[in-house]
Amino acid sequence: MNYETVIGLEVHVQIKTRSKMFCGCATEFGAAPNTRVCPVCLGYPGVLPVLNEEAIRKTILAGLMLGCTIARCSKWDRKNYFYPDMPKNYQISQYDLPLCTGGAVGSIRLTRIHLEEDVAKSFHFATTSGVDFNRAGTPLMEIVSEPEIRSPEAAFAYLTALKEILVAGGISDCDMEKGQLRCDANISVRPVGQTKFGPKVELKNLNTISGVRRALAYEAQRQMTALQKGEQIAQETRRWDDDAGKTVVMRTKEYAHDYRYFPEPDLMPVVISDAWLAEIRRDLKELPEARRRRFVAHYGLPEYDAGVLVANAAVADFFEKAAGQNPKAVANWIMSVSDITATPIQPAHLAELVAAIEAGRISSKQGKDVWAEMLATGQPPGAIIQKKGLAQVSDTGALEAFCDQAIAAHPKSVADYRAGNTAAINFLKGQVMKLSKGKANPQLVGEILARKLLGGES
Amino acid sequence: MSLSALTIHETRDRLRRGDITARQVTQAVLDRIAAVDGKVQAYLWLNPDDALRQAAAADVTKPLGGIPVALKDVINVTGQPCTCASKILQGYIAPYDAFVVRQLKAAGAVLLGRTNMDEFAMGSSTENSSWGTTRNPWDLARIPGGSSGGSAAAVAADEAIAALGSDTGGSIRQPAALCGCVGFKPTYGRVSRYGLVAFASSLDQIGPLTKDVRDCAMLLNVLAGHDALDSTSVPRPVPDYTAALGQDVKGLRIGLPKEYFIPGLDQEVEATVRAAVRQLESLGAEVVEISLPHSEYAVAVYYLIATAEASANLARFDGVRYGLRVAGDDVNDLYGNTRGAGFGPEVKRRIILGTYALSAGYYDAYYLRAQKVRTLIRQDFATAFQKCDVIVTPTTPEVAFKAGEKSADPLKMYLSDIFTISVNLAGICGISVPCGFVRKLPVGLQIIGPAFGEESVLRVAHAYEQATAWHKERPAL
Repeated sequence: MNYETVIGLEVHVQIKTRSKMFCGCATEFGAAPNTRVCPVCLGYPGVLPVLNEEAIRKTILAGLMLGCTIARCSKWDRKNYFYPDMPKNYQISQYDLPLCTGGAVGSIRLTRIHLEEDVAKSFHFATTSGVDFNRAGTPLMEIVSEPEIRSPEAAFAYLTALKEILVAGGISDCDMEKGQLRCDANISVRPVGQTKFGPKVELKNLNTISGVRRALAYEAQRQMTALQKGEQIAQETRRWDDDAGKTVVMRTKEYAHDYRYFPEPDLMPVVISDAWLAEIRRDLKELPEARRRRFVAHYGLPEYDAGVLVANAAVADFFEKAAGQNPKAVANWIMSVSDITATPIQPAHLAELVAAIEAGRISSKQGKDVWAEMLATGQPPGAIIQKKGLAQVSDTGALEAFCDQAIAAHPKSVADYRAGNTAAINFLKGQVMKLSKGKANPQLVGEILARKLLGGES
Repeated sequence: MSLSALTIHETRDRLRRGDITARQVTQAVLDRIAAVDGKVQAYLWLNPDDALRQAAAADVTKPLGGIPVALKDVINVTGQPCTCASKILQGYIAPYDAFVVRQLKAAGAVLLGRTNMDEFAMGSSTENSSWGTTRNPWDLARIPGGSSGGSAAAVAADEAIAALGSDTGGSIRQPAALCGCVGFKPTYGRVSRYGLVAFASSLDQIGPLTKDVRDCAMLLNVLAGHDALDSTSVPRPVPDYTAALGQDVKGLRIGLPKEYFIPGLDQEVEATVRAAVRQLESLGAEVVEISLPHSEYAVAVYYLIATAEASANLARFDGVRYGLRVAGDDVNDLYGNTRGAGFGPEVKRRIILGTYALSAGYYDAYYLRAQKVRTLIRQDFATAFQKCDVIVTPTTPEVAFKAGEKSADPLKMYLSDIFTISVNLAGICGISVPCGFVRKLPVGLQIIGPAFGEESVLRVAHAYEQATAWHKERPAL
């Protein structure tokens, strides 16, 4: 029998804000344990949460980018469960009135996007455990897809596209190494043609996008094999063990949590006014896919170049500022380094470099030297060209003199050329370049030499 | 007369005239505590040296300059314990100031010490404290009411010039009534809850317990105000509440809810309250009968909503970060051991009730239904306030009962708050003022106002107080 895989993804994304969701603590990564905490994010007795407006704004912005319906009134709920990484033993989240509903990533529709607070991080030592609360209270967006993903590869593509959009929008850096993007997957299989879903398994601990693909591939196969053997699939939560390359049972359905959601009495519902929504809409960024298409159509870039540039929104922005009259050349220079925005080079300087080469002020080879200097010092190309005396000699008077000198010194080459060996001109060209210390405009030199040789001047 | 017997305004006047010093006032109160608190047991924690230091440094030109104020053990003060009368917070020292504490400090008050209460404010007798029972200064065999029983008893026994309490279902007004002092529950959102350890977040409110209505208004002036750290605090200007005092009540309409004069209401208490109503009438107020038809559901609604919220609010006491920790084999064991040893029986009962009310399959029937009825109760008051300016009721159905009399029967105990609970559910304000004695025990008159109707309530309370002398009675200790 043929089976079909049904996958839905729940993606948690840390939102890029300076402070936490409900207090003023910094959200920076990598600080010494428990140094970015206060009574509020530690859940001390008597503290109250205060909403971070920027987190709400960015969630709405993400919703707009993904084509979601934005709630006009959204509220907060408490999700109750005990765990040492949860300071209050309830998480402030959104249950039935999330900020965003609907929308899509490519052809995969979204159920909802809601906002909640991140938990702390547990560490297990030889005989004790420790909790670092620096992360506790970081704004976290949960993006839930419909169960419309039909293969591990499609899940991979969904995550890649989602990540690209969120990075482009400045909503999150989505760095999985830093835990800024985390994913849980619901997966089931069913015979092709059956409309009813099979029992779903929730997969946890999917720490990389390629790990998600491996875990889903393993789990889909596990379920199909079980069904073929006539076994039942249990509705349960399984953990992906990346080293072992398999999923293991974490908890079965009987131990599923009853989260006892109820409205958070410490926070007022958020009312999103037309004015605020319009203001957020003004920050709306072009989706990466649309931008790629525009780079091809408008700048005439190859698909490949457009893809590379758009993969990093800041790089793409850099390109657009520098593109000028020769976008392809600009793209080539940008793609010669891993991240142009991490270099001291300014878009206007790159534009100037390309223009200088284009106009023949310097040769392409000299361009490379200037580029190296720009990377090292961040100076504008004009200053570098001047400092190094690189500007090409295009003064025909000086060039004529060099050409006359070369012709006089190498009569054999002149004779060869005149006898029909046209390649002999290259030797003479080389001599002129040498006399000019490499600054002669090679094109002009070629023209002058040809004229002089053919005209019989000597 | 000892300085400890003075009111806030009497103390302030003498301090400003230079008749006395702030240090003398605090010393007098500390002496009084030393003399009588062995009997009353109102305080859980005192730091006399620190109190005297604060007094010596007090600026008497400030609104509460040099006035010693006691705090219920549920309000955080930097460097002080805050146990909520619970073993689970043993050893916890607060790292921050509550909003009201910042306000009191800025107003020059002397923070005297911390008063006893029912554990986590759950109770009506202060018998649910983990640290012993406070006694009613009028009869030491009786309870002072609760949960702010320590604060009420301290004020009644002149062990403080004034005190703060918190009121979730009557926890300021009921002990004020039973101890013969003034207790005010402000409108929800009028006083910031930041730093008040939460029992039921949608109902809790901090308020004053004082010796008279003027003191109540003066203290409220300092406590009220918007706080950005409490999202439920209302950004509304704070009037000078003392400006509402000294006005007459001529033409003011006073509503008497027929549902509040019920069987179960002590006949002598009823007679006392009706006499107070006649007194108001004689002062020119107009009495109108009103109806609050959903009153009979208030106690049931309260014990679903308050316990549901409490079940989440008290989840943070787990032995991981602060307070008591009782080790276990694994983390679930540690939770169970810590919470099993740390919480008293009433707190456990309410956590279980609230957890049940929120559970899958019961949420709609209990929590959700209760929220709907809460809306009806709120609408009852909105309708009633179209016919009257304030509502007058007994604060409690009976006078102070004997210690141990109801502690075995939670339901009976819950009915002590039958007249006060609706005010919290509706989010409006109410005061209890002394209105007489039954069998030598104080009786409280509750005056209820609409949301942000503090001034009307204070106006009526003060007019009544000016016409009577009940508030001047003091227990013989």
